[in-house]
Amino acid sequence: MTRLLKSREALLVGVIVALLALIASRFPAFIQPGNLVDVLTDTSPLIILALGQAVVILTRCIDLSVASNLALTGMVCAMLNVAFPGLPIPVILVVALALGAVLGAFNGILVWKLSIPPIVVTLGTLTIYRGIIFVISDGQWVNAHEMSAAFTGFPRTDILGLPVLAWIAILTTVALLVMVARTPLGRAFYAVGGNPNAAVYTGLNVGRTQFWAFVLSGTLSGLCGYLWVARYSVAYVDIARGFELEVVAACVIGGIAIAGGAGTIMGAVLGALFLGIIKNALPVVGISPFWQLAISGAAIVIAVAFNARAGRRQGRIILKRAEQEAQA
Amino acid sequence: MMQQLAPKADAAHEIPVLRLSDVTKTFPGVRALSGVSLELYPGQVTALIGENGAGKSTIVKVLTGIYRADEGRIEVDGTPVHFATADDATAAGITAIHQETVLFDELSVAENIFIGHAPRGRFGLIDKGAMNRRAAEILDRIDANLDPTTPLKDLGIANKHLVAIARALSVDARVVVMDEPTAALSQKEIEELYDLVDRLKAEGRAILFISHKFDEIFRIADRYAVFRDGEHVGAGLMADVTEGDLVQLMVGRAVDQIFPDRDHQAGDEVLRITGFAHPTEFDGIDLSLRAGEILGFYGLVGAGRSELMQAIFGITRPSAGTLTIDGETRTIRSPADAIANGIVYVPEDRGQQGAILGLPIFQNVTLPSLGQTSRSGFLKLAREFDLARGYTERLDLRAAALDQDVGNLSGGNQQKVVIAKWLATKPKVIILDEPTKGIDIGSKAAVHAFMAELAAEGLAVIMVSSEIPEILGMSDRVVVMREGLIAAELAGEDLTPETLVRHAAGIGEAP
Repeated sequence: MTRLLKSREALLVGVIVALLALIASRFPAFIQPGNLVDVLTDTSPLIILALGQAVVILTRCIDLSVASNLALTGMVCAMLNVAFPGLPIPVILVVALALGAVLGAFNGILVWKLSIPPIVVTLGTLTIYRGIIFVISDGQWVNAHEMSAAFTGFPRTDILGLPVLAWIAILTTVALLVMVARTPLGRAFYAVGGNPNAAVYTGLNVGRTQFWAFVLSGTLSGLCGYLWVARYSVAYVDIARGFELEVVAACVIGGIAIAGGAGTIMGAVLGALFLGIIKNALPVVGISPFWQLAISGAAIVIAVAFNARAGRRQGRIILKRAEQEAQA
Repeated sequence: MMQQLAPKADAAHEIPVLRLSDVTKTFPGVRALSGVSLELYPGQVTALIGENGAGKSTIVKVLTGIYRADEGRIEVDGTPVHFATADDATAAGITAIHQETVLFDELSVAENIFIGHAPRGRFGLIDKGAMNRRAAEILDRIDANLDPTTPLKDLGIANKHLVAIARALSVDARVVVMDEPTAALSQKEIEELYDLVDRLKAEGRAILFISHKFDEIFRIADRYAVFRDGEHVGAGLMADVTEGDLVQLMVGRAVDQIFPDRDHQAGDEVLRITGFAHPTEFDGIDLSLRAGEILGFYGLVGAGRSELMQAIFGITRPSAGTLTIDGETRTIRSPADAIANGIVYVPEDRGQQGAILGLPIFQNVTLPSLGQTSRSGFLKLAREFDLARGYTERLDLRAAALDQDVGNLSGGNQQKVVIAKWLATKPKVIILDEPTKGIDIGSKAAVHAFMAELAAEGLAVIMVSSEIPEILGMSDRVVVMREGLIAAELAGEDLTPETLVRHAAGIGEAP
């Protein structure tokens, strides 16, 4: 299985390279370093959210509230900036991370303590968080001219040729790679999603592990909230509406099993990059952005079909064992 | 008492409505049935008797078309038949009423009775009126006072059985299999069920009645068939046998497995449980366990053994009682508490509760011991491998590599991974629930040898098992549970197959 997933990542790298080559054969400018940096920067929020979502899906849950969390946190940051223009960026970042974590923890508490199915919980908070944006903003926009230059400039600041936004995506990826592979909590994510029953017997607290996954996903959503609002220099009720589906799609394409317990962090990042490249290439190639939906949809179906094929051999073993146990 | 209850049993010239001969069914690593035969006669109740794991459920699944036999013949009225699916068996007039009813809670009584063969009206749509009418007729025939339109979920277990029986009648089943139908019924409901069985008999239907309760077997059966370890060991007329004869057949004599020799030297008391109770599963449980001891737990399925172990391990919480470890009272609120206090539990259901199949071997082994294998919050792979290697080598685990997924291992090797996982936590008390169920002989011997080794090292072992040879061969003492209570504690000369079965089934001493 480990080898299979590794090959899944190799496959995705291959597909991404082939895609880039195909685009480059017609539009060489697309693979100029400058443009690739733009693509990476543009895809960064998707990568960051996919990292959080991947962890949630690993624990056999799903977080549909990420885009609403992003929009709400973004609005709060923007309004804070308008009210206190002198507030330093680190403070804004802490607020974004903390608020995101609280919103994620709310999902997590409902899943953990009330045992409500995650899809129901986050479908609810998806609407609630959007609703709160309307309440606090009165439906008003926060526009570029109201925001301070430091506030909007931060994600675009160039460090060693890459904007801060891209650096944050890279650092988050590294942090999650280490956390998932090398900490007890990371191991627990896999165990809880792979076999919740067995996890209980192993002394793991399934609900609490899922709670931390939601907190992580929420924290990253909050972070993206500030970055998004600052980058586009606008905050309103509807920003990033529907983005949660793109995030889930990136995870699925990246080989995170929707049934939990299988998949890798690298896979989720590659899934996000794949979607990001398609999204950026379509206008260049001259295909209507509406096709983008159909293409990412097709990519999801193909990815799931791949997952099903990969899982089939294992499935047979499970069946055999079920039969064996049933005979007693 | 028996004569009056075997009225037509002397009709030896009768042709069996269903005959299975030389049926063999093998699962990977286990031979569930080897060359068994079974005959069912119209108008008679045949009791199928055997220990847990004797092959009773397998034969039921073979004759209802859920499993296909590897070898052997099935004949209905003397004509060979092949059941490719459960539908084929139903079409041949064989239906089963399972212990836990397999019905649909959200559908009505009538819909449950006619699911799969509902009366059709115009355009092929289900004719609800006709369906409810016919359901009412059938329910009337069995004196079931039920409204066909009631949702099934509103019914109690006894009434659900009635619906299952009505379903059997709706297809005009000639063979009705009842798998422990009285397990969840009250005394009054049981009497009503007996009446119904008598009526089905009178209508000329053949009934296969699976039960662990000797009183009810003698009350309603005309014939018996005894299975042991997947083999048919005896059959005949109830009128010709006594309880003692049946017990003899069930347990057999020869214990031909070889168990490790053990010099039993129990140390100090490690675990004491006083007055453990649970609202529905067990009550008044007292037990004491010493270091280096193997305590066997025997009982029928549903006697409350696993439930008790789950309470000791903190999966469920007992409603009363105290638990002490090394003389100190402890409260176990969760499995994590239990593990921290040195109690570990190797559950019965490996697939569901034991191993995490998608994780590699070494990660399964280290999962409860991540504290040991990490430093300042980060896992050290080298330590994980060392820990896993040490225990898997002691258990003689056969695997290509420690980073191989557990899902690709055989059942016996998966069990070794689960045991290794627990040993790595360095426990004081290890509870093994059916440790050798469904694994091959070779792995069994390895598990037994290892259990003996653990006890010799001073670990206190509780072994829940339904296999009498294993209980006799491994235990220093045996606690027999029946219906949630401790029925007996046996050791030394009192520990025989007969005493185990008598206490587990609640039969008095032999005359």
